[in-house]
Amino acid sequence: MDFLMNPLNLMTFFPLVGVAIILLIPRERKDAIRWVAVVTSLVSFFVSLWMLSMFHAKDPAFQMVYDKIWMKAGGFEIHYALGVDGLSILLVLLTTLLTPISIFSAWTAIEDRVKEFAIAFLVMEVGMLGVFLALDLFTFFVFWEFSLVPMYFIIGIWGGPRRTYSAIKFMLYTMVGSVLMLLAILWLGLSQGTFMLPDLLAKGVNLPLHLQSWLFLAFALAFAIKVPMWPLHSWLPDAHVEAPTAGSVILAGVLLKMGTYGFLRFNLSLFPEASVKFAVPIAVLAIIGIIYGAMVAYAQKDFKKLVAYTSVSHLGFVMLGLFALNPMGIAGGILQMINHGISTGALFLIVGIIYERTHTRDLGAFGGLWKIMPIYGAFSLVVALSSMGLPGLNGFIGEFTILMGAFQSPILGPVFAISAAVGIVLAAVYILVMLQKVFLGPVKEKNLGLKDLNWREITVLAVLTVFIFWIGLHPAPFFNLMMPSVEKLAHGLQAAALAMH
Amino acid sequence: MTFSDLSTLLPEIALVIWASVLLLVDLFIPKVRKGWTAFLAALGLALAFGLAVAQGGGVGAGFHGMVVSDGFATFLEALLALSGALGILLAYDYLKRQQMVRGEYYTLLLFSVAGMMLMAKAADLMVMFLALELLSIPLYVLTAFARPREIGEEAALKYFLLGAFAAAFFVYGIALTYGATQTTRIAGIAAAVDTGRANLTLLAFGAGLLLVGLGFKVAAVPFHMWTPDVYQGAPSPMTGFMAAGAKVAGFAALLRVLVLAFPVLGGRLTPIVWVLALLTMVVGNLAALAQKNIKRMLAYSSIAHAGYMLVAVVAFANAKVAPMAVAAVLFYLGAYALTSFGAWAVVVAVEHAEGQGLEIADYAGLGRKHPWLALAMTVFMLSFGGFPPTVGFVGKFYLFRVALDAGFVGLAIVGVLASVVSVYYYMRVVTTMYMKEGEAEAHGDAWLNLGVALTALATIFFGIVTAPAFQWAVQAVLHL
Repeated sequence: MDFLMNPLNLMTFFPLVGVAIILLIPRERKDAIRWVAVVTSLVSFFVSLWMLSMFHAKDPAFQMVYDKIWMKAGGFEIHYALGVDGLSILLVLLTTLLTPISIFSAWTAIEDRVKEFAIAFLVMEVGMLGVFLALDLFTFFVFWEFSLVPMYFIIGIWGGPRRTYSAIKFMLYTMVGSVLMLLAILWLGLSQGTFMLPDLLAKGVNLPLHLQSWLFLAFALAFAIKVPMWPLHSWLPDAHVEAPTAGSVILAGVLLKMGTYGFLRFNLSLFPEASVKFAVPIAVLAIIGIIYGAMVAYAQKDFKKLVAYTSVSHLGFVMLGLFALNPMGIAGGILQMINHGISTGALFLIVGIIYERTHTRDLGAFGGLWKIMPIYGAFSLVVALSSMGLPGLNGFIGEFTILMGAFQSPILGPVFAISAAVGIVLAAVYILVMLQKVFLGPVKEKNLGLKDLNWREITVLAVLTVFIFWIGLHPAPFFNLMMPSVEKLAHGLQAAALAMH
Repeated sequence: MTFSDLSTLLPEIALVIWASVLLLVDLFIPKVRKGWTAFLAALGLALAFGLAVAQGGGVGAGFHGMVVSDGFATFLEALLALSGALGILLAYDYLKRQQMVRGEYYTLLLFSVAGMMLMAKAADLMVMFLALELLSIPLYVLTAFARPREIGEEAALKYFLLGAFAAAFFVYGIALTYGATQTTRIAGIAAAVDTGRANLTLLAFGAGLLLVGLGFKVAAVPFHMWTPDVYQGAPSPMTGFMAAGAKVAGFAALLRVLVLAFPVLGGRLTPIVWVLALLTMVVGNLAALAQKNIKRMLAYSSIAHAGYMLVAVVAFANAKVAPMAVAAVLFYLGAYALTSFGAWAVVVAVEHAEGQGLEIADYAGLGRKHPWLALAMTVFMLSFGGFPPTVGFVGKFYLFRVALDAGFVGLAIVGVLASVVSVYYYMRVVTTMYMKEGEAEAHGDAWLNLGVALTALATIFFGIVTAPAFQWAVQAVLHL
């Protein structure tokens, strides 16, 4: 009972209750299965709101910690430990928000094997929440690796024509990084005598810089593949293009954040000296990713691939912010993770909506849709402009804070901020071209009969649009939640930078 | 020979007597009621299991130190008895389906289990050789059990010939060891080395030859050539039993020999075992990639898993981590045996007459037609691939932890990267089951389904509640 009284445990494992119920429902009763899945994930969402209400924003420490010894054998302890702090709370909320949204969005898109689909999504939620909440390195790795499996099925079963290739590519790519991270975790745990993150943070990782650097790189490889950072991004377009819409929303919205979160939680926190040492090369890769992603996105003819490449660009911004290593950059990076989850999630929904109606994603096949689907057009405009970084919408706040952070950072400086700003200009180009191709110009004859959004699609997009405006106009509550933890982290990083120079 | 000598070997003696009597009793059991033979055989294993566990905890030697009963032996005996029971569970319906209902299957299996158990207790190289033959000869016969199917006969002949070679190497190894130390007793060898009476060069050659013989049994590269053919040719339930049992017994002997008899040679043998481990992991996994037949794929996968376990055997060279290394290997043996049985049970269920249904492509559509069976197979493949929360993940975690602790970072890196390669071919089975359309059939009876369900649940259960099982493995330390 003690276990379930903790909101973090309850939120993480409640989806399994839904899985158990769905297993008992006959597979013909598709609507019943869908309702159970949506309601279950909504319960998790409400539990996450309960967590938010109990969260003390001024306290930078881990809160609502649940810590039990999982296994104790042969002279070492492994804990099962969950906890939340300012670095993770927004990502947790993003996960519990996007899961019901994506299940809801797939109501009519998925007709085949609905039972398995619902189970895969609920199991996925367990893995994702576990990753963001884990306080023990072993617990973290279990959830990290576990979350691969449902996504593999989501891409592989309900995906497009090249789904099996993309699914296995997604899995193998991620695994190469994560098995090396496992060795790094083992090494770290053995040398420090504990796998518990709070203990490691309290004591500080006591290793010479060259060992720290190796561990940093092992962690960084796993996370960089997941983000994905240029040049490790090639799994992403494949996975996104083939995944079903709901899968893309979760993939872009949450799974990629597991990579950036990993950098934040482990690389920056555990190896501050190594972070300072590698900040410039990583920031350079981030800038390349920003510009490369934007240019490749511009060249796409496939609507979904375009959105996929914008992720490479946007996550470059996140990485740049994190490795500015100052409070502003890190806070901007975290906010941009949330922004990207909302905006890109919404963009994938928009692509999915038109794909469900026309069965094509070729940008040349559209045009003038605004006249036929005005509600769809309005939502798309808001979402696209948010992704572009228009002031007043959420993307602007994130990118602006990141650029400020990079500009002021003693390690990066103005050159990085200016180079990254090129990416914003390029974003305006590809977004506007995309809007023009889809919504303006003459209407294709075969598109004349398209129906505008139904109430279900409006609900889903409206929820996300609320957040687009909320963060854009009044971001203070979001920053308030994370700031104490961010400042604590940045303080440690700055101390390390001072000690090194 | 005193009563205490006999009591040391009680489980083995009971099992051999039981099997001999069963051989006679079986003659009076009509062909349509061979279920009785299966039941009685299982009862015999239950008896042996009970005796082994009852013996557990205590340390004793018998027959002037030729056999030893310790925690290590108890752990392995229990595991082997369970393997035998699962081997019966897998076979019962299969033999009927394939029209080869013969009671000898069960008695041969019991004899083989008795040999494996003896192997776990052997403290003398001669006893080890006896055990090796007792476990191997029934396996040769069982491989050809589907007579007159040619593929089985060919496999049996290959297995027999190569097995005979390996046995010869083993005997040569014993002879050289005896020449070097004037004893075949494992404790005696260690004592001879300690007091400086041993001829170390001769001993190193002897140990190398023993390694070849045992490398053959555990299917380590380059002594693995027989594995794919035998695994493919033998009746599937028998392969399932052999894959787990023979590997467990082989590693039992390997640990006893390497670990106890030759601590001094550690420095000389470590590079050899290091290379064996590396080759076994790399070759096993790469060759498995190319397989289209599920039995061959599982054969190469079993080679690869032997490689992971050899990593911990290498780590044994470091005295600081030695007890953990043994525990890690024991735990992994259990994890591997469990997962392997589950996977073979699914293979048995999907196979139909005349050896059809054994290509991986034949699994297409299983996820739609038999969702529970496909789900179980997914669990086994994920466990083989080392995904949490399955027992295979925890097993690898312990193995690589030991390797890192002993300072073999390079080997650990090769190991984890090899396991990424393995994910490709394991997931191909999953991909075929769920993402390819097809008409997969499955014909499991209730017993087989029970086996699948139990192993699948245990695979996940021990992946989450892993501490007690590992604690048992830790306590199962070797006793000289």
